[in-house]
Amino acid sequence: MMADLRELYQETILDHSKRPRNFHEIPSADASAVGHNPLCGDRVTVFLRLSDDVLSDVAFVGQGCAISKASASLMTDAVKGKTKAQAHELFQKFHRMVTGRPGDPVDTPSLGKLAVLSGVCEFPVRVKCASLPWHTLEAAIAAKKEIVSLE
Amino acid sequence: MAKPAKMLLNVPAIKADFPILQRKVRDRRLVYLDSAATSQKPKQVIDATTDFYSRYNANVHRAIYELGEEATREYEGAREKVAAFIGAKSPNEIVFTKSTTESLNLVAYGYGLKGKLQKGDEILGTVMEHHSNHVPWHFVKDHKGAVLKYVDVSDDGTLKMEQYDELLTKRTKIVTVALCSNVLGTINPVKEIAKRAHEVGAVCVVDAAQAAPHMPIDVQDLDADFLAFSGHKMLGPTGIGILHGKPEALEATEPLLGGGEMIREVHLGRASWNDVPYRFEGGTPNIAGAIGLGAAVDYLTNLGMESVRAHEMEITQYALDKIGRINGVTTYGPKDVKKKAGVLAFTIDNAHPHDVASILDVEGICIRSGHHCAQPLMERYDLPATARASFYVYNDLEDVDVLAAGIKKVQEVFA
Repeated sequence: MMADLRELYQETILDHSKRPRNFHEIPSADASAVGHNPLCGDRVTVFLRLSDDVLSDVAFVGQGCAISKASASLMTDAVKGKTKAQAHELFQKFHRMVTGRPGDPVDTPSLGKLAVLSGVCEFPVRVKCASLPWHTLEAAIAAKKEIVSLE
Repeated sequence: MAKPAKMLLNVPAIKADFPILQRKVRDRRLVYLDSAATSQKPKQVIDATTDFYSRYNANVHRAIYELGEEATREYEGAREKVAAFIGAKSPNEIVFTKSTTESLNLVAYGYGLKGKLQKGDEILGTVMEHHSNHVPWHFVKDHKGAVLKYVDVSDDGTLKMEQYDELLTKRTKIVTVALCSNVLGTINPVKEIAKRAHEVGAVCVVDAAQAAPHMPIDVQDLDADFLAFSGHKMLGPTGIGILHGKPEALEATEPLLGGGEMIREVHLGRASWNDVPYRFEGGTPNIAGAIGLGAAVDYLTNLGMESVRAHEMEITQYALDKIGRINGVTTYGPKDVKKKAGVLAFTIDNAHPHDVASILDVEGICIRSGHHCAQPLMERYDLPATARASFYVYNDLEDVDVLAAGIKKVQEVFA
């Protein structure tokens, strides 16, 4: 594989897209939201269980490209056990990473495994794929019932 | 799958005419396989538009000076070239618009919504239309109470003609169909469809956006009432579209845009209209676009549309053989190149079309991925998205080889 392609399709990303974590519904979820990217047909539903302000359980179902699936899988792992405010802050950092310039420093201590998606910034058209699960999570936290649409 | 030693068209000479094909993408030779979205432009077209702006830029049909006369002559000359290109009886049958989309909206609005259609009249479309031949008719349904019906497509990608006969009744006033599908490549039997539409007193509207660039079109032979296509898909500039109409069909169509150019006399509170086709060209038109389109028509005419079609059949056959036979690859649409234009939609097992497009992009290959502005068709086949390669005069069999190698790379990544 060429260098930038290896960046985009790292082993961790391929692993999470082929065997997504937390890939199930939560029947008694406290909140959920549906995200849809009409451009590519990606569709994701994020489920939440809340203990006060903490995301005690997070899961997702849906179909989409490797980037959106891996991003959703990594996100659910990353935000589980975090407060709503911490999850929001993580999204801000994640968003800065995928919309940054190639070569910008990556805040790996805060982002942890999410840093594997830093290669997305080299492919601007794929930013929506990586951020769809996050927008959907935000909608679920805000307990919005409508479909999140990224165009 | 043997490669012929020499292709029908002189592709190396054609490639040399396209400045963009000399550039590299991500350090690779550019392999452009997305002409169904938009075609690349030869230097003859680029030069024609530059020449207009450099030498004789002026508004058309107004200026009483030499520059204006030159601009008008070239603009109207382009109309004559387009008329000859599709076998129209007169340049007055050619309306310049900004796109196929605008052409179809003009018909839906001017003939459907503001024209003779009554509540309950039926408009018969097909499941395989591009969104631009769906949504304008939704407007007619919503604002006029017209009833929309659709001919389904078979699993093999062809229209269910027996269902067309069932749905076509005396209530049908408009039949609208793509001459060539932008996803499946299916070439529809439009001559037969128009003939049967006329038997019940309906008019036939044809979306020829994917056909006019790729095969000979004779509007006398097709005998449709309206035919729409775009300049940018046939080597011309963006922002110039064409609507061909039979004289009586255009006379029965109300204009979409009011303003300069389209009027004869304006008084406070009322106006009378200019003749067809100027009636439909309100505002300063895309003069450079029309002139560039004229140069594109010259380019294609020099190649010969029969040769263009034969060339694309050759590439499509090779692609069906080479790509269609890769394990784990599924192709959509007719497999017989006599019924198929140079459009190949495909999916790869375990790989989303967006990932396919990104990986091919790194190889310098441009393909389309997504729903191709044909969501009803994607729903019909229960597909969220597909990849699509499309071919044109500057593609050769080696481009297909590069695509096949790229697909193998995709399969390695997602193995």
